[in-house]
Amino acid sequence: MNQPETKRLAEALTFRLGARWNRLLSLVVLLVLWQAAASAVSDPAMLPSPAATFQAGYAALLGGELLFHVGITLARVAIAFALAMLIGTAIGIALGRSPVLDQIFGGWLVLGLNLPALVTIVLCYIWFGLTEAAAILAVTINKVPTVAAILREGAKALDAALLEMTRVFAVKPTRVLARVILPQLGPSLMAAARAGLALTWKIVLVVELLGRPNGVGFQIRSFFNFFDIASILAYSLTFIGAVIAIEILLLQPLDLRLGKWRRA
Amino acid sequence: MTGLVLRGIIREFDHPAPRRVLDGIDLAIAKGEFVSLVGPSGAGKTTLLRIIAGLDSGYNGELAWQGARPRLGIVFQEPRLVPWLDILDNLLLVSGPEAAGEARALLEAVELGGNETALPGQLSGGMQRRAALARALLVKPDFLLLDEPLISLDAALTERMRRLLNEFWRAHRITTLLITHNLSEAAALSTRILILSPTERRVVADCALPPPDPRLRDDPAVAATLENLRRMTHTWPKPAASSTLSLVG
Repeated sequence: MNQPETKRLAEALTFRLGARWNRLLSLVVLLVLWQAAASAVSDPAMLPSPAATFQAGYAALLGGELLFHVGITLARVAIAFALAMLIGTAIGIALGRSPVLDQIFGGWLVLGLNLPALVTIVLCYIWFGLTEAAAILAVTINKVPTVAAILREGAKALDAALLEMTRVFAVKPTRVLARVILPQLGPSLMAAARAGLALTWKIVLVVELLGRPNGVGFQIRSFFNFFDIASILAYSLTFIGAVIAIEILLLQPLDLRLGKWRRA
Repeated sequence: MTGLVLRGIIREFDHPAPRRVLDGIDLAIAKGEFVSLVGPSGAGKTTLLRIIAGLDSGYNGELAWQGARPRLGIVFQEPRLVPWLDILDNLLLVSGPEAAGEARALLEAVELGGNETALPGQLSGGMQRRAALARALLVKPDFLLLDEPLISLDAALTERMRRLLNEFWRAHRITTLLITHNLSEAAALSTRILILSPTERRVVADCALPPPDPRLRDDPAVAATLENLRRMTHTWPKPAASSTLSLVG
């Protein structure tokens, strides 16, 4: 390795280490502010300190109920997210590629985007009962319009020259979808996945709070009844940690993989 | 049968201003012919190719394939390679993974051996054009459409690619339509040359040639044809009278 290369590598490493230190510093500042606020309020029932919150979380972890409820909620998020991505992507591609379909159903999409999540949840529970299927359906219905709207714009911007090429060569539609269309929709899929993940878990918590006998949302309602703010914060932070882990371990590597050819 | 008949093809565009690009194209291409359509930029060559390829249906007139619609192979003016697929995968996209062996052989033939795993963005424009040519040949087309396939290649490489096209045509007798502005290229490869007039917006000359094997560029017949065609093209942009030249028989 020559000298300029070594220098570049050193600079890159410094930058990466620097970025990690900055993130850690940000977390420490947040904890200090939290501790300061808790000390100022000086009422653990209203705002517990970080230590009291972690203690409540640790106790729930040892008891097993934290992992159980977080696991249930994550499973609901995963199912609703997968369904919404699948249905929303199909609808988005159809509307993006067909001006006629877009003219007919574009208005429905606006309606879906503006439908309050609470209305969908309540209606699903009234129509289908307080069941698991109704809960998943309510979350999926809320998420589909967002995915479809993002994918519609992506589908409108597909490379027409490449699609013409596949038409002349009569390439199989499944191969065109897998190798030409979906890779172009990578950025839209990632945007929809990120927006969707954030939206889905928030709605899942409301669904659980209103009509499920388990999950983080159900637990938060129980803790609300006892004004157990430490447990509410402990469950929320654990769940947020799980969602951040999904972002770092799943979405970011996928994003890098999809954009690899652009950097070649 | 893989012949093609065009009758009275008219194509008009409304934007940016109303204009007629093709004005009554009558043309028949028989099975096994290598036809070159020669004309200057803006004469409507690519428009005609897009109509034949089925990419433009906004024309008036009749387009009829003799027999079933053929399997088409095409080289567009720009390579149109999928940027995120490597060169081998670009070829296999149109033919399926079972043709990997043939794809590698064709990449060797267009002097791209060893570049199978390169992404299109890592290759020069000329290399991308050759990959597009290999892709078109890989599908074993019944009808091959070539839109300036050898443009931007250096002289020596152009000559080798012409030889490859010529050998491929001689081996398979694939019906071919070559769009070019280069008379020498048309003469080196074709059994027929058509001249598309930019002013009349239709075919104004139809010259049959002897088969290109083993003809050289300095063959007297080819030289005479070229001279005739050059004289004709010198008259552009003034309207040229329709004529039919034949050097066969």
